[in-house]
Amino acid sequence: MTLDPNSKGLDRRQFLHRLTKAGVTITAACAAGFWFHDSKGPFPSEHQQSNLDLKDFSLDVPKQKMSIVRGEDRAVALRTALKSLGGIETFIKKGDRVLLKVNAAFASPAMLSATTHPAIITEMTQLCFRAGAASVTVTDNPINDPGSCFTLTGIADAARRAGAGVVLPREDLFSPITVKDAKLIRNWPVLYKPFTDITKVIGMAPLKDHHRSGASMTMKNWYGLLGGRRNIFHQDIHGIIKELAMMVKPSLVVLDATTSMMTNGPTGGSLSDLKNTNTMIVSTDQVAADAFGASLLGRSIDELPFIGKAQAAGIGTADYFKLNPVMTSI
Amino acid sequence: MNIVTTRRICQGFFLVLFLGFCAVTTLGDQWWQLRGWPVNWMIQLDPLVGLATLLTTRTVYSGLLWGLATIVLTIILGRFFCGWICPFGSIHQFVGFLAKRKQSIPAKIKLNQYHPGQSIKYWILIFLLTISTLELAIDLIRLPITHRLLFGILMLAALTGLIFRVVRQASATPGKIGRVFLIFIAVWLLLGTFFNTYQTSAASLQIGLLDPIPLLYRSINLVILPLVDRTSVSVSTIPRAYDGTWLIAFVFLSAILLNLAVPRFYCRFICPAGAMFGILSRFAIWRVGKTKNECIDCGLCEKNCEGACSPTSQIRINECVLCMNCLNECRHDLMTYQIAPSASGEKFTPDLSRRQFLVSAVSGAAAIPMLRISGRLEGSWNPALVRPPGALTEKMFLSRCIKCGQCMRICPTNVIHPAGLQGGLEGLWTPVLDFRIGTSGCQFNCIACGNLCPTAAIRPISIDERLGRNRYAEQGPIKIGTAFVDRGRCLPWAMNRPCIVCQENCPVSPKAIRTREVFNPIDTGSALIVAKADALYIEFQGTGPGMDQWATGDYYTVVLPSADHRPRRIVGNWERGLRVAEGLPFELPPKSGSRVEIQIRLQQPHVDPEHCIGCGVCEHECPVPGKRAIRVTADNESRAPEHALLLKR
Repeated sequence: MTLDPNSKGLDRRQFLHRLTKAGVTITAACAAGFWFHDSKGPFPSEHQQSNLDLKDFSLDVPKQKMSIVRGEDRAVALRTALKSLGGIETFIKKGDRVLLKVNAAFASPAMLSATTHPAIITEMTQLCFRAGAASVTVTDNPINDPGSCFTLTGIADAARRAGAGVVLPREDLFSPITVKDAKLIRNWPVLYKPFTDITKVIGMAPLKDHHRSGASMTMKNWYGLLGGRRNIFHQDIHGIIKELAMMVKPSLVVLDATTSMMTNGPTGGSLSDLKNTNTMIVSTDQVAADAFGASLLGRSIDELPFIGKAQAAGIGTADYFKLNPVMTSI
Repeated sequence: MNIVTTRRICQGFFLVLFLGFCAVTTLGDQWWQLRGWPVNWMIQLDPLVGLATLLTTRTVYSGLLWGLATIVLTIILGRFFCGWICPFGSIHQFVGFLAKRKQSIPAKIKLNQYHPGQSIKYWILIFLLTISTLELAIDLIRLPITHRLLFGILMLAALTGLIFRVVRQASATPGKIGRVFLIFIAVWLLLGTFFNTYQTSAASLQIGLLDPIPLLYRSINLVILPLVDRTSVSVSTIPRAYDGTWLIAFVFLSAILLNLAVPRFYCRFICPAGAMFGILSRFAIWRVGKTKNECIDCGLCEKNCEGACSPTSQIRINECVLCMNCLNECRHDLMTYQIAPSASGEKFTPDLSRRQFLVSAVSGAAAIPMLRISGRLEGSWNPALVRPPGALTEKMFLSRCIKCGQCMRICPTNVIHPAGLQGGLEGLWTPVLDFRIGTSGCQFNCIACGNLCPTAAIRPISIDERLGRNRYAEQGPIKIGTAFVDRGRCLPWAMNRPCIVCQENCPVSPKAIRTREVFNPIDTGSALIVAKADALYIEFQGTGPGMDQWATGDYYTVVLPSADHRPRRIVGNWERGLRVAEGLPFELPPKSGSRVEIQIRLQQPHVDPEHCIGCGVCEHECPVPGKRAIRVTADNESRAPEHALLLKR
């Protein structure tokens, strides 16, 4: 901007104009300065407590249910197990939005049984839709690269073919969660977003050996909901499994022991790690399911302290006979 | 008194004051050392620091409010800060004066002609400020998503304004204005959905790289004073050492020496603060100018014109640093400082095209996100980057640190150093701890750096908070890292030598370094066989080592085979035998022919990470001279929960 050199000095109008602008700028600067003034300095941000927790998805049933089916075909076994408990309609109502928390931890093929088998994902999704479910979503926060895991395990393909949605763990889907009465899961990032619009949660886990905790079953499966640098929790593995079981109150859990990983868990990697135990467990009580699973691995409940801890926390019972499990063979 | 003399006295005063502030920023027992002197005052007066931190943090921290005084005075008077206050400007002016004092008048006038390159400082200002504005800008772009109601109200207000304008102005084209308005809203909405929430922590502060006041503090603190320390007028008890100051010195020296080519080179071409003052002086009430357009065009007014602002013709108000030399030089008293604009006309906006503005702004906006692709602020953070106690989480820290070096200057033990690339390019010259340099580790009872930091990048913590006492008892002491023993280099672990200097010096109580006692057999060459012995003496069949070689108090002996495996401390030895301490004599004298094993008692250090605060005293004291056998990394630092090493019990 240029002033005309021929203008004769400064006229009153010009001067007042300038004075006003200077005044306005000064006022604005002073207002901003005092408005934003901070005499104390910042506080560390970690003091923000999260009160977020997962909803209770457990069913309002008078007695916990459990079904154990012997058979080689896992899809048929799953269907049979659910039928023996009164059919899928007992658990899934019309309009339900169902979340399947699968174990997609490793980018390895389904035949190595390190992950939930696609066949039971297909079967469960179809059954849910048959019972009138409005939507089925499959999710997990795997250990290996998520895209590779969901693809190579066949889980994404199976889910999509059956009409389920697949949610990969993007960073913005995590929120800090504080589990009531928990010591470890406080302000910890959890794969929360997929749970927000859901009415039923089904945990679907393969039965596996696990070097640190002894066994990876339905309760340990929730580890895949944790975000952040979660491996710090291996310093107290039984404590974290107990708290995970406190955090997720599922509608139903499925423990697939058709082919179990007996050694070299939880990754396995060889067919020689596997054994055909030909069993499918479906239960509303995750502690009971895991207690029965332990017997298939040839481990006593004492060897798996997380089971006792979960029972003591009132999550379920390790004495699965109390549930009068329905035993079927196909 | 002549106005130019007044200006010189004022410049001298502030330069001496500034240098004084730097010199007294020393912890010590002398009266002149830090005793509450307002040593940050010059930084606080610099409104660019205040403005840039306002953009990144949305606060004006404590004394930075002083910048407001400078802003207000600049709006009224023009760039008085550059010509009258700025110590860096004064140095430039003085060096420039020395360089050109013997030149002819025409040569001097030529040196002070306006150069189009003087607009570069505005590019720099825009570049540096956009870096700081990015997070604010993204939040604004996300406004339609985060604050729907506010966005609606804003748009409604804008629409009302537009309609009002269309109705009032006959020449307006409602169709075109409407289209532009709709496109504007559509683009905003689209952009708003484009950015995710977790991407918004993009605030960074790079103003300190070139802002003259932090630059000068840094250069004096880390280059000039350490050089003075090595002379007889040393201000520190032990000369200060700083890592990687060559680049700081290079920038400083270049800025000074460029005055030999062009006076006030830095002020005219580089200085972002000067650029900001230039923009602020636009509405200045008083300004330099001519009272009459007609003059003999002698050009003397430009002989010593510090700002190169063309007072002869159309004066550039935004370049004028109010040196007032033109008032002095004009033989016809045509130059004056007045309310009326110059009779020869004036310019008061920088020569900056819209294109240049966009280039600077876009590069500024892109710079930090591009640097952060490295992942250095997430998973691949550098554990060697140990920050001072009270430092904010890295992102918040980088949005406040102006690289002024005040923390490095005040640190009593000289462990705080300007980072090279440990924290990425973004963290250049930010404080990082190096425990090998300096007089000790980070002192247990010291909170000096945080209480001096002018922008609270290092928070002003209390001793109670640092040590986890009283109301901070539950959260425990502030940890800046964790010490790790390198068992391959540690004397008791790897070399059968007693040491535990680290354990002794650990200031935490109970100690965060514990020891475990082990007795290691030593190689005596040939086997030592008992010739004869009693309760305290053993005589060998052959010969052992020289006189009293095992009498240090650390050597023990066990006789094999024997039911009694308790090691007995050797109090003396000679070539053919040894004597053990009287406290534990042999109950049965060792049999002739049995083998004598010599053991060394070692205490091997173990770090208890639950109690270690990462102060690095152990690393400083470790006698392994090169790479220490116990070293601190930022693992488990309190400021970043995601750097936790241990599960809380």
